[in-house]
Amino acid sequence: MKKILRILCLALCVIMAVSVCACGPSEKKGSVETIKIGLAFPMSGMAAMAGKYSTHGADVLKEELGGKITVGDKEYPIEFVVMDTEGSEEKTANVYQKLIEEEKVIAIAGPDSSKCMLAAAPIAQNAKCPAITSFGTNTAVTEVGDYIFRACFIDPFQGAVAAAYCDGQGHKTACIMFNNADAYSVGLKDAFVENYNGEVLAIEEYSGSDVKDYNVQLTKLAAQNPDVLLLPNLNVELGLQIQQARTAGLNCQIVCGDSADTPDVAKVAGPAIEGVAYVSAFSAESTDEAAKKFVDAYVELHPDELPNSNAELTYEAVKMIVWAIQNAKTLDRAGVRDALAAIDGLDLPSGKMTMDPETRNPIKGGIIMQYDADGITRYVSTVNP
Amino acid sequence: MSFCPPAHLFIFTGMEAIALATILQYLVYGLQLGSVYALLALGYTMVYGIVGMINTAHGDFLMIGALGTYFIAKLFDSMSIDGTYPMLAVGCIILIATVMTGGIAVGVEAIAYRPLRNKPRMIALITAVGVSMFLTNFPRALPFIGPNPRPFPTLFTPKTFNVLGASITSTQIIMIVLAAVTMLALDRLVAKTKIGAQMRAVSMDKDAASLMGINIDKVISITFFIGGALAAVSGICYASVYPQVEVYMGSWLGNMSFVSAVLGGIGDIRGAMLGGFILGIAQIFATAINSTFGYAVGFIILIVILLVKPAGIMGKVTIEKV
Repeated sequence: MKKILRILCLALCVIMAVSVCACGPSEKKGSVETIKIGLAFPMSGMAAMAGKYSTHGADVLKEELGGKITVGDKEYPIEFVVMDTEGSEEKTANVYQKLIEEEKVIAIAGPDSSKCMLAAAPIAQNAKCPAITSFGTNTAVTEVGDYIFRACFIDPFQGAVAAAYCDGQGHKTACIMFNNADAYSVGLKDAFVENYNGEVLAIEEYSGSDVKDYNVQLTKLAAQNPDVLLLPNLNVELGLQIQQARTAGLNCQIVCGDSADTPDVAKVAGPAIEGVAYVSAFSAESTDEAAKKFVDAYVELHPDELPNSNAELTYEAVKMIVWAIQNAKTLDRAGVRDALAAIDGLDLPSGKMTMDPETRNPIKGGIIMQYDADGITRYVSTVNP
Repeated sequence: MSFCPPAHLFIFTGMEAIALATILQYLVYGLQLGSVYALLALGYTMVYGIVGMINTAHGDFLMIGALGTYFIAKLFDSMSIDGTYPMLAVGCIILIATVMTGGIAVGVEAIAYRPLRNKPRMIALITAVGVSMFLTNFPRALPFIGPNPRPFPTLFTPKTFNVLGASITSTQIIMIVLAAVTMLALDRLVAKTKIGAQMRAVSMDKDAASLMGINIDKVISITFFIGGALAAVSGICYASVYPQVEVYMGSWLGNMSFVSAVLGGIGDIRGAMLGGFILGIAQIFATAINSTFGYAVGFIILIVILLVKPAGIMGKVTIEKV
């Protein structure tokens, strides 16, 4: 037994030594160093759908670049390092550490969720590595520090867009059911309540994505008979919620946040999805030049799906980083950060974008999309509250 | 003229009727949830009673049953009219899914648990955790399954009935009746049949039973098969009412059904039934009071029962003779 133990310990030491050596600095190809951009997205876990669309969006840009990037008059090979955050805060923080310390990326795009970004952003800020979240809409994200940016609108804006839409449609009363364990859901609910001109009759809540039974809360809300039901929740919850809402007798307009922009929501909700409206950052039906180019390139790479907001915003985030690298005064993290803050009138699929250097939030509009009877989303209107 | 009863009496009975309707509605939801927990808890309780181990991977058998039904239903897609399937097809789908899950359960037992039968219980528990992780993540790694939630096919066409103000769908009725019938059938099986007698013998004393000529391996395999099959039925019931299936659906339900089994008295079949329904109804009513309370009530019940009556409601405290 002792002998076996000794051999095992020796083997363990050898393995550890070898792995430490293997983790050495990455090879330099001659004198041209590879520029690395980190992509931190959930490839597994509950949020894996969003992660899939996000990386597919980044694929479009990868195709565009073709593995190299021209800065000034020199050409550098460019590499995208994709790491799985599993949709959890601790894993995202670990991924950020790895990308910054080991892979030595020049900037990070992702993750897409507010709570994961809030957990990992302090690491990027302390290491002075610029990080852009594709879809983290909670206000607190960019407040972490001046190295943290975002590619999407913020929750107060989203809540205001939803509220403006409801007011515009003449809905005088509203009810809300939200997830009190998620920063996104809470933020969106607060923003809506603040901006809504009508009356909020009742607010119900539930504790997290584990819960799949909303019948009790929805039955209570149905008794109030509102004009509109707000469901500012995550895509894995919305499908069942919409279905149960209709069964509970809520036949009013349902409005959701941007997370409704996944086809799986329509699949799970079935015929109940008809008429559900949501706030979106991007419409695949947009007739804009840049948007069409993006959609066509996406469909060429992935013929079975249409890009959604996740894909488009990730594309934008990475495009912003690439533009910043090309326009940076110095080719390092600080230079990229300054260039990001100075983006003005960059042509992106969702329109021309300007970065607000004070808040590091992009200035852009929001649109309302609506599901029709076949579960396909249709563009309704653009809202600038 | 004065034949009309006083107005305030009408209002009073009106309000009472509304309150009764809401309570009945909650009761329906509670029974619906309770039948899922009860069916799943039966598997837990049977395995514990006969093998002496807590199979924490049991919730994942439910997930396999539900996901399996989704894919099997796809095979029968040609028979479906407008999204619903003819009764014969539904019967076939459920049968195939149940047998498949039972088979997987037997396989899991043979590979993971049988070699550890004579080892300390802690090892089997840890192995169960590993099995659970494998059963969750292996389907996730397969490209045609993946982590995405999927809509469950409509096996039973829902017709809504209105009973005293509460609405109950035919799906819910089928669920509750199916659960009750299955549990009665299991009770019969264990009490009256030869294999049931063998199962009871093994649960009393494994070694003595094998000395009596009972094939322990066969009995345990049959136990796991029945447990897996019940989990599949439970999964189909659950997915019929909450039609979203994904690889992670088993863990939460597994935890709750474990609490039900403990509540009712782990090792006792009737206890599992009782515990399941009590927990389901308690959760619904607790959510009606406060949603966070509803989330926590399962765990509160577990703590309370372990403090007050650790053997469970129907369990008997056995004194281990050393």
